[in-house]
Amino acid sequence: MSKLKEEKRFENIPSLSQETIDGEIATLNLGPTHPATHGIFQNILKVDGEKILSSEQTVGYIHRAFEKLSERRPYHQITPITDRLNYCSSPINNMGWHMTVEKLIGAEIPKRVQYMRVIIMELARIADHLICNSVIGVDTGALTGFTYVFQEREKIYELYEEICGARLTTNIGRIGGFERDFTPEFHRKFQEFMKKFPKVLEEFDGLLSRNRIFMDRTKGAGPISGERALEYGFVGPNLRAAGVDYDVRVMNPYSSYEDFDFIIPVGVNGDTYDRFMVRQEEMRQSMNIIKQAYENLPEGDYHADIPDFYLPPKEEVYNNMEALIYHFKIVMGETPVPVGEVYHSVEGGNGELGYYLISDGGRTPYRLQFRRPCFIYYQAYPEMITGQTISDAVLTLSSLNVIAGELDA
Amino acid sequence: MSKELNPELVLEKLKAQFGESIIKQEEGSDMLTLEVAREKIKEIISWLKNDPELQVSFLTLLGGVHYPKDEGRELAVVYHLHSLIHNFRMRLKVFMSIGQPEVPTITDVYVGANWQERETFDFYGIRFKGHPNLTRILNEDSMDYHPLRKEYHLEDGTREDKDDRFFGR
Repeated sequence: MSKLKEEKRFENIPSLSQETIDGEIATLNLGPTHPATHGIFQNILKVDGEKILSSEQTVGYIHRAFEKLSERRPYHQITPITDRLNYCSSPINNMGWHMTVEKLIGAEIPKRVQYMRVIIMELARIADHLICNSVIGVDTGALTGFTYVFQEREKIYELYEEICGARLTTNIGRIGGFERDFTPEFHRKFQEFMKKFPKVLEEFDGLLSRNRIFMDRTKGAGPISGERALEYGFVGPNLRAAGVDYDVRVMNPYSSYEDFDFIIPVGVNGDTYDRFMVRQEEMRQSMNIIKQAYENLPEGDYHADIPDFYLPPKEEVYNNMEALIYHFKIVMGETPVPVGEVYHSVEGGNGELGYYLISDGGRTPYRLQFRRPCFIYYQAYPEMITGQTISDAVLTLSSLNVIAGELDA
Repeated sequence: MSKELNPELVLEKLKAQFGESIIKQEEGSDMLTLEVAREKIKEIISWLKNDPELQVSFLTLLGGVHYPKDEGRELAVVYHLHSLIHNFRMRLKVFMSIGQPEVPTITDVYVGANWQERETFDFYGIRFKGHPNLTRILNEDSMDYHPLRKEYHLEDGTREDKDDRFFGR
C-alpha cells in the first residue's frame, strides 16, 4: 500500500464565483455539521435569494467500511455491524441479517420466533417513524410533538432492553431465534405500551396533520413523481408517498408477514406532507400488526433447532461435552456454511433493506453487500429541491429520513 | 398482480433477443442468475426495462465482486433487477479482467445507478464508460487504491494473535 497523496481536504470548498461577487447568486454550505441536516453530510447550495438553483452533495463522512469489515468476521459477529446502518431501527437490520444467514443455511424457524420477530420489527418501525415525523415537526418550528413522542420512543427502547439488554445498537436476537423468551416484565411493559401509545399517536397527529401552518409549510415541499422515484430506486415510505404501493412485507413476505392483515398507505403528490402522512398511517398499521401477532403468538420454542449455529445454554456448556464443542465451534466461527449466493430483503424503516451475501464455504462471507435505501434515494435530493426555498430543502431532507449511518455504511 | 413470470420464460426471451450474449445460467441460486457479455450489459438491462411483457424495471442493487484466483475474469459487476409488476427478481453478472476493468454505464437507463456505480468504482476500481461523474464517493479523493479488492487485508499484518494457523485454517 503506497503512501497517501498530498491532502486535498479543502479542495471542494466552494470559492467565490463572479456571480456571488455581483451579489446575485450566493453559495451556501448546508452541512456537514449543521443542525438542519440531522447527520453528517454536506450540501453545497447555489441560491438566488431564498430560491435554490442547484445543489451538490458530499457523502462519506462517517464511512466505516462495513462491507470490508464483514469479510473478516464470522457470521454472528456481523450482527453488531448491521446495528450501525440505520441506527433508528436497528432491530430490523439485525433480523434482516439473521434471516439472510438462515436463508443461506436453510434453517427452519419456529412460528413463535417469526411472530416475536414481527412484534419487535414493527416496534422498531414505530420508533423510526416517530423520530422522522417528529423531526419534520421540529423543522417547521413545532418542538412540542417531538419532545412528547420521545417519551414513547423511550418506552420502545425499554422493551428492547428487556429482550436483549441494549437500547440503541441492539444486536437483538441470534441466528435461529432469540437469546431468551419474552420475560414477564416484557409482557407487563408491552401491554402498558400498547394501551397508551394509540392515544399518544392520535394526540401527536392532532398537533400536526391538520395544522394549517404545518400543512402550508409541508404541502408541495420537495415533491417527486412516482415514475421518477422508481427511476431513482426509491423504496419504502418515500416511494409510497409518491403513489407506488411497493412494500417488501407484502411483495416478498418474510417472517410470516402473510399471516397478518394490514393496509399499505400510499400518497399522491410525493411531497413532504404525503411522506409525513404515509409514515403516520404506517405507525397505526404497525400497531395493528403487533396486536395481531401478540394475540396469536404461538406456543413453542424461542429458537430454531440448529445446534451448529445457535449457542447451547450455558449450564450445558459446563456439564456436557457435546454442548461445549458446539459452543467453541460457534464462538470461533468454525461451523460449516454452504457455498452459495443469496439476496434477502426486509422492509426497513426506510424501505427495502437488502443483504447480498456470497459464501465460499469459509468462516466469513466472501462478499457481503448491503442495499442501503438511504444511499440510493438520497441521490434524488438535488432534483427535489431545485426551485424550492432553503427552508423547504431542510424539510425535504428530514422527511426523506436520511440516516447518516445507513448512507455511508 | 398479473400473470406469473417464470425464469424459463425470461431466459428464453433473452436468448431469442441476445443469443450469444447470454453466456450462461448459474444453477442452484435463489433467483435467476445469468452471466452476460460485458459489452451488451446496457442493452440487455435497457431491453428488460422496456419490454412490455417482462417490465423488469427496478434496479435493486449494483455492486462489484473480486475473485483474484479467476484469471482473466477477476472482477465482476452484479446487477439485481426486480420486476415490480410481476414480482420477479433476477441477477445479471458481467466479468472482466483486472487489467481492463471497464463496463458500460447504465446511468442513462436508471438514474439511480449513478452513486452505486461510483461506489463500485471507489471500492473496486471498475470504470463505467460514459458515467457523467465517475469519482470516489465514500473514500477520500486522494486515495490511490481500491480497498475492497482482496489483496488489501483488513487486519494489521504485524499482528500475530489473529494468525489463522493457530486455529487450523
